[in-house]
Amino acid sequence: MSFMVDLLAYMVNHWDLLLKLAIEHVLMVFFGLISALVVGVILGVISARYDRLAPVILSIANVIQIIPSLALLAILMLYFGLGFYTVTVGLFLYSLMPIIRNTYVGLNEVDEHISEAGRGVGMTAFQLLTKVQLPLALPFMMAGLRVAAVIAVGVATIAPFIGGDGLGREIFNGINMRNEIRIYAGAIPSAALAIIADFTLGRLENRLKNRTES
Amino acid sequence: MIRLEHIHKVYEDGFRALEDINLEFTEGQINVLIGPSGCGKTTTMKLINRLINPTKGKVYINGEDISKINPVSLRRRIGYVIQHVGLFPHMTIFNNVAVVPKLLKWEPRRIERRVNELLDLVGLDPETYRDRYPSELSGGQQQRIGVIRALAAEPSIILMDEPFSALDPISREQLQDELISLQENIQKTIVFVTHDMDEALKIADRIILMKAGKVIQEGSPEKILRHPANDFVKDFIGKKRLKQSEKVPAVDEVMIENPVTAYPTRGLAQSISLMERRRVDSLIVVDKQKKLKGYAPIFNILEKYTEEEQTLADVMKPFEHVVEQGTPVTVALDLMSTHQLPYVPVVRSQQDHTFVGVVTRGSMVRLMADVYPGQGNEGV
Ligand SMILES: Nc1ncnc2c1ncn2[C@@H]1O[C@H](COP(=O)(O)OP(=O)(O)OP(=O)(O)O)[C@@H](O)[C@H]1O
Ligand SMILES: [Mg+2]
Repeated sequence: MSFMVDLLAYMVNHWDLLLKLAIEHVLMVFFGLISALVVGVILGVISARYDRLAPVILSIANVIQIIPSLALLAILMLYFGLGFYTVTVGLFLYSLMPIIRNTYVGLNEVDEHISEAGRGVGMTAFQLLTKVQLPLALPFMMAGLRVAAVIAVGVATIAPFIGGDGLGREIFNGINMRNEIRIYAGAIPSAALAIIADFTLGRLENRLKNRTES
Repeated sequence: MIRLEHIHKVYEDGFRALEDINLEFTEGQINVLIGPSGCGKTTTMKLINRLINPTKGKVYINGEDISKINPVSLRRRIGYVIQHVGLFPHMTIFNNVAVVPKLLKWEPRRIERRVNELLDLVGLDPETYRDRYPSELSGGQQQRIGVIRALAAEPSIILMDEPFSALDPISREQLQDELISLQENIQKTIVFVTHDMDEALKIADRIILMKAGKVIQEGSPEKILRHPANDFVKDFIGKKRLKQSEKVPAVDEVMIENPVTAYPTRGLAQSISLMERRRVDSLIVVDKQKKLKGYAPIFNILEKYTEEEQTLADVMKPFEHVVEQGTPVTVALDLMSTHQLPYVPVVRSQQDHTFVGVVTRGSMVRLMADVYPGQGNEGV
């Protein structure tokens, strides 16, 4: 019981530090995700459009996903040096796979008759993609984003190993100093972030799903 | 006018879907492509909006070779109702109907007006339906939206690929009726694909019958029914329908040609005595040029009998239902039974109203005896 009180007291006393770390954490995840979204959607569209490129793109993304996170970040550090930037690149690479795959699957799931209707009313290939196919693939892409976000929040906690900050810093310090309270003070907010991301993106996904169901 | 000249289509896998198709689709009419599944109807139709390009041969619209037209702009000029509804599920009804006008960059207010007008046209209240999604509509309503989406940008050509095939029989009949009355107003060149002969016979101005990538016969429904080109056509039409078309005679064959008639100037007392003599309870009133004027039932005459000045012209009533010469007997029969009429007059044409005879219930009985002779002889 006294542990809980101590933890709470610590968190209240150091709320400004924790908030700063949380914001950093979110920013790393955010930039990683946004860039993964842009690149992943483009690669997903290319995979869906060109059958022969699809296996190549998907397996490269898959390989990146399989590399253990610490190893990947360490390798990146060799090229990009220490810091925020390197972590963001790592998170970007980690988020890529779910986004590419779900964009690809979502586009393939679009009913061929509906695409044909789009062509039939005189949409250009680009209009067909932006006005029909991507909107219909959106629930799938949203699910991919959600998976990516949860993974990224988790991976971001090892940022301190390569000179990044975020809530991982607090956990890391706790480990070094054998300070249980500081470990929890970093772990609980980062777990909460993951849950919040999962929950809000899940809600959004369901909303989109209901809308596009025919 | 749409013309297909020496069209061959070989798909990538080597399948010969169309072989030497030569066709014209007449302007302002419903041209129905019909044939068994896989015979190439959809392929033929998609040649017109270049969703499919021919392997050999040319398609002309109003004399213009369409292979020289940009497919995107061509398609915006041609309405297209797809085989499986094909509404965009993520767009509201408004946005679905507005899709082509928006691609054509119409002014928002013009689009607004046009969509409301079209929804009204098919009996869907714009206020209620415009913001719904397709999944919130019944199958028949979705199909109506599919049809008006094709009409939205006022194309002169509309392609319809089995638009009503997924509907239950009642909605289907209803939409067919709506299409027919719509077409009376809009007079578009419609290419309509179906594999339902009843549907084709009902809506077509021209029927094009296909089999295995070839055109077997084309012509008016009447011509195809009366002169099927070969056994395939006969089979496809079905024995029942052929029999019907052979056996249903025109009203001319069963009508009574000299029923009791009188001029409008005839006095009432005179009329009564005529009726007594001929044992009828009403007189058909016809003028000296044999134009049909109406009829005078005996009760109307008796009512005014004491007024000596009155003539048949004063007591007669106009006919609400008349049929033209050449109308199938079934039509007259239908009129008589729905409106409880003892007889229907036959005129030379609806315009000139020259009286030629009447069809009575008695003439029907005689006809039935001819159509179904010798029921008793089959040893039942
Ligand atoms: N992309 C394609 N590749 C190869 N063959 C095809 C292709 N599209 C259609 N076919 C074949 O061409 C033939 C004609 O097809 P089409 O779709 O025109 O038939 P249809 O008359 O519309 O049939 P249904 O009534 O079933 O719609 C069929 O045998 C079909 O299998
Ligand atoms: Mg078809």
